[in-house]
Amino acid sequence: MAQRQEMPNETAAQAWPRDGLTRIPYRVFRADEAYKAEQKLIFHGPSWHYLALEVEVPEPGDFRTTRVGDTPVIVTRDGDGEIYAFENRCAHRGALICLDNHGKGKKDFSCVYHAWTYDRQGNLRGVAFKDGVKGKGGMPDSFRMEEHGPRKLRIATLHGLIFGSFSEDVPPLEEYLGEEISSRIERVLGGRTPVVIGRVTQALPNNWKLYMENVKDSYHASILHLFFTTFELNRLSQKGAIIVDESGGHHVSYSAIDREAQKDAEYSKQQLRSDSQYRLADPSLLKGFEEYPDGVTLQILTVFPTFVLQQIQNAIAVRQIVPRGIGKTDLNWTYIGFADDTPEQRLTRVKQGNLVGPAGYISMEDGCVGGFVQRGIAGASDQEAVLEMGGAEAASSESRVTEASVRGFWKAYRSNMGV
Amino acid sequence: MSNNLYQMIARAQAEYARCIDDDRLEEWPDHFHGRCIYKVTTAANHREGLEVGIIFANSRGMLLDRVSALREANIYERQSYRHILGQPSILSEQDGEVRSETPFLVARILQDGDTDIFATGRYLDLYRVEDGEVKLNERTVVCDSSRVDTLMALPL
Repeated sequence: MAQRQEMPNETAAQAWPRDGLTRIPYRVFRADEAYKAEQKLIFHGPSWHYLALEVEVPEPGDFRTTRVGDTPVIVTRDGDGEIYAFENRCAHRGALICLDNHGKGKKDFSCVYHAWTYDRQGNLRGVAFKDGVKGKGGMPDSFRMEEHGPRKLRIATLHGLIFGSFSEDVPPLEEYLGEEISSRIERVLGGRTPVVIGRVTQALPNNWKLYMENVKDSYHASILHLFFTTFELNRLSQKGAIIVDESGGHHVSYSAIDREAQKDAEYSKQQLRSDSQYRLADPSLLKGFEEYPDGVTLQILTVFPTFVLQQIQNAIAVRQIVPRGIGKTDLNWTYIGFADDTPEQRLTRVKQGNLVGPAGYISMEDGCVGGFVQRGIAGASDQEAVLEMGGAEAASSESRVTEASVRGFWKAYRSNMGV
Repeated sequence: MSNNLYQMIARAQAEYARCIDDDRLEEWPDHFHGRCIYKVTTAANHREGLEVGIIFANSRGMLLDRVSALREANIYERQSYRHILGQPSILSEQDGEVRSETPFLVARILQDGDTDIFATGRYLDLYRVEDGEVKLNERTVVCDSSRVDTLMALPL
């Protein structure tokens, strides 16, 4: 077993293996202490967390509720047109302030328990019976409403995505993402008006980090997901690469049509007979339209810690990952179209919705494989995962047969957690 | 509305559920006719008119592809369903087209014996009456919950 290196500020039980990013101790997926520390250091730490789409709160008084880690959050738009977010926790006794998951025309938020009332920016504006009744009871004179309120989040928006942070120390969003990642978000969403065309939540039986590892893992794609291979839909004439940002925490994996190679492949297809006996009976599923001039047909992008932007042909979605305890995770899918979609284009997106989500031809395995790990490591808290495919670095790569972006996740994780 | 029609729909519902629960997925597309529309979505999406749910097919080919993907390509733990269906309500009957709604509860049984209520919801169906039979042309499966545990492999 690898020698353990004692790090400052941590107990021996939490020490990270000496081998940098290529060994991951399984206990981080199973230990309650790790989960507690993450809530503080990551979910309330200097990171940006996806909250909602701007089009989901288009008008003053619109709101949605979501969560940042364990912490429930209300996202609203106020009369000044700005977006605000604050903890969904009454400053009085801690009850949820808002019980609905979305709504419109909200003038203020009133806690059902004792009617403490907050404006759309999360400021306490009213306390029921504050001055008592007939001169009796009521709050003491020393009570100041401005000294009480749910914690507020900083807000940043980018190409219609709303991010929030509890941290005062997090760098501005575009600096946090870096130029390369920002431009890859812009590529999908920039200058367009998205429309939500569906939502679903997939309840994953595993720790949240196992899903983030999976979505960053370009090594598994052609091995675990056999849909494209079985139906001979893999195109050899594809080129791609992996981008890992400097922090390690954000990544992009993409593939594009290589037009030169495509010509060769089309040519050779004429001469070769396929050995696969399987063909799609209705191949219209994959007959997409050319949406992006760069020929990129697949782009998976992650933002540390828990956001995914997906373009798989014309299936566009954002995925928000919300931990629900050490061994459970909610994966919130929001499927996106655009306001200028033609009916035919919209139908294509609807059909390609079959590729992703809980019943997705190329994603359903991701729903169960994290659980296979969670169960597999049940008795192995002192053992470690091996992450050596493609080397030991967490850097961009032209090969997708690499675990570089998974190592990048752990680089950012360790930096945030101080381990 | 004739008792006969009600009985025909109830029988079609029962046969559909048995087909899935008995793992005769290859026969599942045969339950659809005409435009062969099959959708699985959530009550929230259905209420808000959002088009993308969990599964979508609008041709017999897409139903066949769902089955062959499950048999040949997709990887998931061995599992089976037990559908418990309620009584169908006949919503409308016009020009040989019948719309009905039928509540369901589906338990999912995993290979280690774990049995959970996997989904509850309702079938919103469009049947055509042809040759003294009802033929399912469209089925929208509206799941009450917006959450799906782990994955949805088998159709509902």
